[in-house]
Amino acid sequence: MSEYMIIDGIKVQIEGEKNVLELARKAGIEIPAFCYDPDLSIYGACRMCMFEDERGRLDASCSCKPRDGMVIKTNTPKLRKYRKMILELLLANHCRDCTICHMSGKCKLQEFAYKFNIEGVRFPNNACALSPDSSSNCIIREPGKCILCGKCVRICNEIQSVGAIDYAFRGSKMKIATAFDGDIANSPCVGCGQCAAVCPTGAITIRDDADQVWKAIGNPDIEVSVQVAPAVRVGLGTEFGFAEGENVMGKLVTALREMGFDKVYDTNIGADLTIMEESNELVQRVKNGGKLPMFTSCCPAWIRFAEDKYPDLLDNISTCKSPMQMLASTIKATYTGEKKHIHVAIMPCSAKKDEARREKFGGAVDYVLSTQEVVRMIREHGIHFKYLEESFPDSPFKEYTGASVIFGATGGVMEAALRTAVETLTGKNLDCVEFKEVRGMEGVKEAEYDVNGLKVKVAAVSGLKNAAMVCDKVRAGECDYQFIEIMSCPGGCVNGAGQPFVDAFKRSDMDYKGMRAKGLYDTDAGMSNRKSHLNESINALYDNFFGKVGSHKAHELLHTSYEPKKK
Amino acid sequence: MLKSREELQVLRSSCATRLNTENKRVIVCAGAGCVSKGALKIYDKFAEIMKGKGVNFSLELQKDPHGDSVRLKQSGCHGFCEVGPLVRIEPQGWLYVKVKVEDCEEIVEKTVIGGECVERLAYTQDGIVYKEQKEIPFYKKQTRLILDNCDKIDATSIEEYIATGGYTALEKALFDMKSEDIINEISESGLRGRGGGGFPAGRKWSQVARQNNFPKYVVCNGDEGDPGAFMDRSVMEDDPHRMIEGMIIAGIACGANDGYIYVRAEYPKAVARLNLAIKQATELGLLGDNILGTGYSFKMHINRGAGAFVCGEGSALTASIEGKRGMPRTKPPRTVEHGLFDKPTVLNNVETYANVSTIINNGSEWYKKIGTETSTGTKTFALTGNIQNAGLIEVPMGTTLREVIFDIGGGVRDGGEFKAVQIGGPSGGCLTEEHFDLPLDFDSLSKVGAIIGSGGLVVMDKKTCMVEVARFFMDFTQKESCGKCVPCREGTKRMLEILNRIVDGKGEDGDIELLKELGETISKTALCGLGKTAAGPVLSTIKYFEDEYRAHIYDKKCPAGACQKLKTITIDPELCKGCSKCARNCPVSAIKGEIKKPFTIDQKLCIKCGACLSNCPFKAIKEV
Amino acid sequence: MSTFDYTVLDRAIEEFGNAESSLISILQSAQEHYRYLPREVFPYLAEKLNISEAKIYGVATFYENFSLEQKGKYVIKVCDGTACHVRHSVPILEALRKELGLSEQKKTTDDLMFTVETVACLGACSSAPAITLNNEIYPTMTPEMAVALVKSLKENG
Repeated sequence: MSEYMIIDGIKVQIEGEKNVLELARKAGIEIPAFCYDPDLSIYGACRMCMFEDERGRLDASCSCKPRDGMVIKTNTPKLRKYRKMILELLLANHCRDCTICHMSGKCKLQEFAYKFNIEGVRFPNNACALSPDSSSNCIIREPGKCILCGKCVRICNEIQSVGAIDYAFRGSKMKIATAFDGDIANSPCVGCGQCAAVCPTGAITIRDDADQVWKAIGNPDIEVSVQVAPAVRVGLGTEFGFAEGENVMGKLVTALREMGFDKVYDTNIGADLTIMEESNELVQRVKNGGKLPMFTSCCPAWIRFAEDKYPDLLDNISTCKSPMQMLASTIKATYTGEKKHIHVAIMPCSAKKDEARREKFGGAVDYVLSTQEVVRMIREHGIHFKYLEESFPDSPFKEYTGASVIFGATGGVMEAALRTAVETLTGKNLDCVEFKEVRGMEGVKEAEYDVNGLKVKVAAVSGLKNAAMVCDKVRAGECDYQFIEIMSCPGGCVNGAGQPFVDAFKRSDMDYKGMRAKGLYDTDAGMSNRKSHLNESINALYDNFFGKVGSHKAHELLHTSYEPKKK
Repeated sequence: MLKSREELQVLRSSCATRLNTENKRVIVCAGAGCVSKGALKIYDKFAEIMKGKGVNFSLELQKDPHGDSVRLKQSGCHGFCEVGPLVRIEPQGWLYVKVKVEDCEEIVEKTVIGGECVERLAYTQDGIVYKEQKEIPFYKKQTRLILDNCDKIDATSIEEYIATGGYTALEKALFDMKSEDIINEISESGLRGRGGGGFPAGRKWSQVARQNNFPKYVVCNGDEGDPGAFMDRSVMEDDPHRMIEGMIIAGIACGANDGYIYVRAEYPKAVARLNLAIKQATELGLLGDNILGTGYSFKMHINRGAGAFVCGEGSALTASIEGKRGMPRTKPPRTVEHGLFDKPTVLNNVETYANVSTIINNGSEWYKKIGTETSTGTKTFALTGNIQNAGLIEVPMGTTLREVIFDIGGGVRDGGEFKAVQIGGPSGGCLTEEHFDLPLDFDSLSKVGAIIGSGGLVVMDKKTCMVEVARFFMDFTQKESCGKCVPCREGTKRMLEILNRIVDGKGEDGDIELLKELGETISKTALCGLGKTAAGPVLSTIKYFEDEYRAHIYDKKCPAGACQKLKTITIDPELCKGCSKCARNCPVSAIKGEIKKPFTIDQKLCIKCGACLSNCPFKAIKEV
Repeated sequence: MSTFDYTVLDRAIEEFGNAESSLISILQSAQEHYRYLPREVFPYLAEKLNISEAKIYGVATFYENFSLEQKGKYVIKVCDGTACHVRHSVPILEALRKELGLSEQKKTTDDLMFTVETVACLGACSSAPAITLNNEIYPTMTPEMAVALVKSLKENG
């Protein structure tokens, strides 16, 4: 027997929806909410999502389970009145410098204030007096804009298990704080920026470095090169009217040239390089009894996380630099021009901003721009992105393989590495290059392959809480993986915090992570060369510059080391 | 260690014999009120004097007592705190009030040795001397079920508790009843939770019993945080075993083997007494593994609060026991399904558990005869404020406000005039003269928009400003709000801002409406009970005393004369000698004048600090 | 830092266990011993109990009884429960603050002798207005009596 609820007069079938809010969305009714997010625990604090039942009683739709025969209304004079008062109260305690706020146009508070026609705020406001925390290389916190919805705390603890921030104090003094309310830069924050990705207002945003990049572009004495990460091309399109997940790399390359970048490169080359070095490292570790399992090293937030929480496992992490750094080091090392050379990386990520500043990388990347910043720059430049011609990146770093483009999705690095490692170990050509076991949006994916009689057990993990779980097992000697891919953001780089803002409703309505990942897998599938070791540009690079894979020079430029976080 | 029912019965009868052999007793009230007034010094003095005079006396229940020995003991709170320190003489039942250390000699001499009453120490009201405690009007209208032991037994002695019938209900529950029988008895009795909402205890227990998810927990809310309430404190300090017994019975009924008592931080003595009681009960085998050989186990844990009123709310309390911030969570899931450590949990307050043994012992039929049809049993109240007889009382549900305030409480203090009584603490509302004949029970109170709450009754006289009282409660709730939900966190802050403005004489047209609008939003949308009731005191004072609000806002006057900032300070020219001392002490130079001529205050500059007032040598400065 | 004595914490962890649910009890033991929560407590417990420091800070700042600042030798709490309030506890508080140069923000004297704070309700309503001095109740106070008490404490050091 089917079960139904009547919502605003519409009969809606209950099909396992967790709460009334989700069920109402199915019926096409959007109940307003600030603190609800389908991926996080129910918090029930904003009280915007209340509904009224037949007897005039109110309840929160985020925490109420749908029950057969329930009849509710989501918009009544009472509810409107209370919602307006709640909004007025929030606005009274919110730094309303909307015109100069990074979230302007995407801010939920702004949106609801407009939708509910809030015409005035009758209470005094001192919120702008609170000073921002700009200590981090990755994010900016503006407490004066915080509405205490708790999403940042929940994602930092429930999904990432980083625990950099939490609720502190109580009542009207409550705030989101690090321990002792110190700078976020001195906290366990790893810069993953997932807090910013879920913040409905401008209280946590990704640091913006666009000004410095414009300055460099505008200086005729500087050559400015730029690289574009795989996930960016499938994340940016929605901002210009493309479908979620559509690959717009060709247009982006054109746009970047129009904006004045002298050279546009593809981070995919860095990814192919990474595969060469990393699969070699894995093979060496397996053959020579080196430390196993080996963890990937592409994700800078994961590296920070490990340096802080798993210092004993640092030897298990691949010494390979990330694709961004490999490519940047190579570009800088092979640059022959006269002018001063500045290299910019466009990343779906906030943690890359911090990675670029790691001392060991010697500033090979001068600036990291997030997808969001590039979107803004394209708009600032007045480019009609949708109508741009497509063009290709610059040589000599232009040819890439299908293996590299899938780096942007969780499991992608693993799959790319397997394609190369398996062929290296077996010496045979792989018929099927798709390792579908490690694809998909699940947080932990495991697979076992028989390679010439050698059992290779691998795992692809995304989300740092999942990573911690796997690390705990490794620490306890409870798992026999050889190779583990770890990406901090759930779903991998496609869901990086630098990507365009996706609000909670969109999060619950569509699998945007999966759609973006699909964009990458489709690109891979359409390529003739899908294995990094068959990339001719790369092979030429080794022949002419590095020598062999794993050579001394390769080590110097493409590898790094890690240190436990100082406490 | 008692291994069977029979062993407990043997112990009980021997304890009872020993207790009954105690013929003469000098009982010093060691409740918080009396102790703060020096009761312990009196106790020590009695011991010293009796020793000096060679009186045969003992401080503890004797192993083998003789009828001629005098027992000197500290009991729990007698309730009549107003006239403490209290000393009761038994077997006569005489009550001595406001006893001083200097009175001890005479009491020993005349009463203990001579057997006569020291009448000057007896309670006197309206010219009548009441020698016996039970005749005093304060006690006469009370029915002390829960507080019965408090003024009788030594709370540190499990033997005295057992001697007076303690743990017979546990015995019955373990050996004569099935768990359904216990739940039925509690349901039939009509017992409703004494913590505030009045949810039927039996229904709650049966909901937990029904869950097939183990382990289950029994939790006692001893976080009595309402300012002006101290009933639960008395039970925990003065009769801890009664509550523990009730909790074990709840455990048997629901299939739980662990109990947690969450005690308010400000009650260290309650923690000590409960710890001792748990130790004693465990040593006797009434707690722990295999209780009385039945195979049933129940372990008790104590958690001390750390200072957060909101932890009186169920889910905040369990969060606090789990070591977290005491922030309430959304419901569902309910505590009976997912409570402490996410397991099915029975959560009741101290007074509710304290009722259990009485019901099991006497049966629901007997219990139902007390109180009203829908609110059975008794209710304890802490009677405080501007009342003649402040103290702790227990009356049948349905007793009228008039009986409580006038018959028991003796009316308004110092001959003042009654204005209102605040019931239910910061979550409640106020009642006025029109409610004098209102029966105090769950339903009657809920009809007039008030709640019983945990039972604080604060009486206010005409000199109390109701706007200021509302401001006081809002200040309290605002500080105690956990900060989680928007309406409570932001709304109470704004209500307090407005109320502060009003009592400072800066109220504006529209403030009353804005207060009501905020109050309604908070009441309807807040996440938890604390938030939902936070606006109660403001809304109810606006309802009954809107004139006072208007006077503050529009006339800039406080009709009660209580709000400092609304006072006008003037200099009486007749009395002023022109010494200039006031002008020299005025921090804002609002006072001017010529020496030897009357000075004047510029009202526009005056900040009403009162510095001039206290400095005038001629009492020429007045405040109106 | 190296001289900080962690044995109090170790003992508390031993008594209450190292589960998250022990946090408040352990913090209470620390607070009782040091009379406030020294900063060193936080990273130590974070590691031993496997809770983030931010979370411990959140718990410590949630509950009124925990103090992150050192308290005075004499802690005076003025009850501001309803009963005390209607019997005029506020003037007592003001008199004490004035006498010691303290305020709502500044609760402890610079010489760490006195801390003056309010408490929600001591449950000694019949003795209103009441104050406590290091947890001992002083009943039916007046501003003058309170000031005299402080003066006598000052004289006796």
